[in-house]
Amino acid sequence: MSMRAPSTDLPISFEDVSVTAGAVTILDRISLNLAAGSPTVLIGPNGSGKTTFLRTAMGLIAPARGRITWGGQENTPPVRRAIVFQRPAMLRRSAAGNVRYALKAAKIPRAEHAARLAEVLALVGLEGFGERAARRMSGGEQQRLALARALARDPAVLFLDEPTASLDPAATKSIEDVVRAIASRGIKVVMSTHDLGEARRLAGDIVLLHRGRVIETAPATAFFISPRTEEARKFTAGELLI
Amino acid sequence: MPEDVSALHLILTGDPALLAIVRLSLIVSLSAVILAALIGVPFGALVALTRFPGREGVVVVLNALMGLPPVVVGLLVYLSLSRSGPLGSWGILFTPQAMVIAQTILVAPIIAALTRQTIEDLWAEYRDELTAMNVGPIVRVATLIWDARFSLVTTLLAGFGRAAAEVGAVIIVGGNIDGFTRTMTTAIALETSKGDLPLAIGLGMVLIAIVVAINALAWTARRAGERMAG
Repeated sequence: MSMRAPSTDLPISFEDVSVTAGAVTILDRISLNLAAGSPTVLIGPNGSGKTTFLRTAMGLIAPARGRITWGGQENTPPVRRAIVFQRPAMLRRSAAGNVRYALKAAKIPRAEHAARLAEVLALVGLEGFGERAARRMSGGEQQRLALARALARDPAVLFLDEPTASLDPAATKSIEDVVRAIASRGIKVVMSTHDLGEARRLAGDIVLLHRGRVIETAPATAFFISPRTEEARKFTAGELLI
Repeated sequence: MPEDVSALHLILTGDPALLAIVRLSLIVSLSAVILAALIGVPFGALVALTRFPGREGVVVVLNALMGLPPVVVGLLVYLSLSRSGPLGSWGILFTPQAMVIAQTILVAPIIAALTRQTIEDLWAEYRDELTAMNVGPIVRVATLIWDARFSLVTTLLAGFGRAAAEVGAVIIVGGNIDGFTRTMTTAIALETSKGDLPLAIGLGMVLIAIVVAINALAWTARRAGERMAG
């Protein structure tokens, strides 16, 4: 996994996108561009639409209105995209078996499997864990294995849904280190968090969501120093956004 | 008790009549479980993973068929295979083949219904991941069956338990012919009614021992497999 030429999956462009579930609007007319570069971090209170945004950007949810393009194209299969869900499901195999499954699913040539397996396990700090049963690993280890599995697909863009939720500080730090390592390899990271400290530590850009709308998008430094909107000011000051 | 002693004697000396009965019982029940698995596992997985009108009804019927009365199945198979029945030309009534057919019909719904539930539960867990990995439908089904394999072993054991223990269907379509279609359960019923308790008790002990042994074997295999795969 080296630095690559820009993939056809970037930029990801939301044009007036709404997502609904029955009568409820979860994402409300979002227009946004996700381009190659440093990590984009989605912040916002629970229920603001962060998870739905990530799933929609991955292509798992079809918008009720508007359109999404990946590298200028609609309806592209998620070949160069990968996602790590908030509670990733471990396949009933060894850690290495989980990564090999992802390699096969991504149609990576078999000759490359061994090298890539070793590479992604090392990248997430799970060298020597290959033969462990994935479902018997700790929460932090499973989260790192899910990252390895996603990276095995050789993605151009990686979506992470609250990757450190419910992890202790040590496990959180190890995940954040992996995220930095991933970003430094030229993979576009788009992640959600409700932890402002984490957003400060990792974000290149911030997207603040509230009630399914994009309230503010800005480079992280600008966002935290001088938020433009009242909601952003409240949120960064630690006040409740209801 | 003298009957117990005689029963043990029959087992320990490897009485040929007893061994023939045990052998036939195992062949019939295991064949039925294998056939029922070949039908029931794919069918259960199909129902688990597809949405079609009337699906709920199929699930309810499938679950209800787990309680199919063996004598009714025996009667239906008997009517089908009897000389004037639609399959009478096969000429297999009162043969082990007829017994396998009847037991397959009894066991297939059990395997299909339990497989449906197992695969559906696992799919709820795997859906997001497999969709995100862009896995096609055939690989998806194969993945779910493979990953559910330890639970499916229990499903097969439930089917085997049903087949090995039932008497109603095999006695109707097999006829309990000595040395040809006599199984452990039909022999126990017959010997008890004749008053030959040693043979009945001996067969009962063997039947229980076989069921326990097969379950113990499956349990050991499952634990070993789970240690490897989680």
